[in-house]
Amino acid sequence: MKLVIAIIQPDRLSDVKRELYKAEVNLITVSEVMGHGRQMGVTEVYRGVKENGNLLRKIRLEIAVNDNFLKPTIDAIVRGAKTGDVGDGKIFVLDMQECVRIRTGECSCEAIG
Amino acid sequence: MKKILLMTGLFLGLSAMPALCGEMPPAPPEAAVETAAAVDTGDTAWILTSSALVMMMTLPGLAFFYGGLVKKKNVLSVLMQCAIMLCVISLQWVLVGYSLSFAPGGGFIGGLKWLGLQGVGMAPNPDYAGTIPHLAFMAFQMMFAVITPALIIGAFAERMSFPGFLLFSVLWATFVYDPVAHWVWGVGGWLRDLGALDFAGGTVVHINAGVAAIVTALYTGKRKGYGTPVPPHNLPFTVMGAGLLWFGWFGFNAGSALGAGGLAASAFVTTNTAAAAAGLTWAVIEWMHSGKATTLGVATGLVAGLVAITPAAGFVGVIPAMLIGVLVSVVCFVMVAVVKSGLGYDDSLDAFGVHGVGGIVGALATGLFASAAVNPGGADGLFFGNMGLLKAQLIAVGATILYSAAGTYAICKVVDVLVGLRVKEKDELLGLDLTQHHEGAYTVLE
Repeated sequence: MKLVIAIIQPDRLSDVKRELYKAEVNLITVSEVMGHGRQMGVTEVYRGVKENGNLLRKIRLEIAVNDNFLKPTIDAIVRGAKTGDVGDGKIFVLDMQECVRIRTGECSCEAIG
Repeated sequence: MKKILLMTGLFLGLSAMPALCGEMPPAPPEAAVETAAAVDTGDTAWILTSSALVMMMTLPGLAFFYGGLVKKKNVLSVLMQCAIMLCVISLQWVLVGYSLSFAPGGGFIGGLKWLGLQGVGMAPNPDYAGTIPHLAFMAFQMMFAVITPALIIGAFAERMSFPGFLLFSVLWATFVYDPVAHWVWGVGGWLRDLGALDFAGGTVVHINAGVAAIVTALYTGKRKGYGTPVPPHNLPFTVMGAGLLWFGWFGFNAGSALGAGGLAASAFVTTNTAAAAAGLTWAVIEWMHSGKATTLGVATGLVAGLVAITPAAGFVGVIPAMLIGVLVSVVCFVMVAVVKSGLGYDDSLDAFGVHGVGGIVGALATGLFASAAVNPGGADGLFFGNMGLLKAQLIAVGATILYSAAGTYAICKVVDVLVGLRVKEKDELLGLDLTQHHEGAYTVLE
């Protein structure tokens, strides 16, 4: 079992979701986060006071998958999120120890799907 | 560089006549004494109040109505466009706009006699309003000149560059709004002489802006990601904006009586009735169509009702007002929910679907329901046995549509060549707030 965490551009979310559904990955958690990588943020000015390198809005996806779904999931995210420009984002893959479905108490593999 | 050029251009355009910058209005004292008797204080109080109400319709009314509907990365750009519109067109109006619209001139456009408000003083001008200072009439009309180009913002929201927007607005106000205002309301204007009725600006304001809206929407093209529905980022803003619009519209319509008497009261009541009927109708349509009434639906419907009653407000009775409200919601609902998605044009916030279409419904309904019994200054419509009025209304609507479409397209072309209309794709994705104004509306982290 793996936990896939992806940081993507906000405007790519609808494409990424579409690609994930095509790959039959239907269970995702999405949150709005702030950050910047190599691409620095933007300049903001408030009453003449400049702020450089401010953080940009990003979207964070969390997807728990069984091992056989890992590759399709990663591929789907890349297909949906890639523009080729700096700032497209990153995908992190973590080993996941346990997963419990609260409603039924199912554990591990069955709980994910 | 571009920006500097633009600002220079703006101000050159605005202050084309050097002579007028020096002297501002106040009429000579002897004139003021002479006219003190002619000015009615009640009328003047109501028109000044109405002017302030109509000012509020642009900012914050329309600003928040539209602002709530866009993505949160673009909300400031919309508020900014409304705010700066109030600044820019207020200046354009006192310098050239009022003269082009209302000064004595030909059938097509007014003269240059009142540039910089020369000769527009405290004495009434009986051609327009015999009981209030000419300056009060000018101020009232100024707020109409401000809100009309602001309505178009809804069509190109979320993709227009700020310099392009500024230049477009000044040119549009000068070359489209001012002539059309003259046709309908100015002394000698050809539609006015034809007998077309437009109580508070259905043709001049709503059809004019609505047609400009669809032209700009087509010209600028669809927003990135069009087709994937994105929910409005703050519907409470939109409901607040709709409420402020309704409130301000009492000034818009009842103020157009240009006096504080029975006609104003009548227009007040028809305005409220049409808005109420339209808001309720939209809710009922949604209820039947998709199972639930929505807040956005009611907000949209009541605005459509206000738009449609605008040309008719002072010419119809209360039951026709109710019918107009019902009718406009049905037509606009079909337009926004069915026709627009079928045709696939991206009128971001339905400036055409509500103002253009609602304005046409209202102008033609005026030709049907107008009654000289309500307003002896008006005329009878088709339902009161007069075919001629409907014909005049049709000509007025047709002429406005043609002129506005052609003028708007030409201005789009010019602005596109000079400074560019649409922002770069990267800027559109990042949002207009950050890229056009270096600001963000909301913080995620403190």
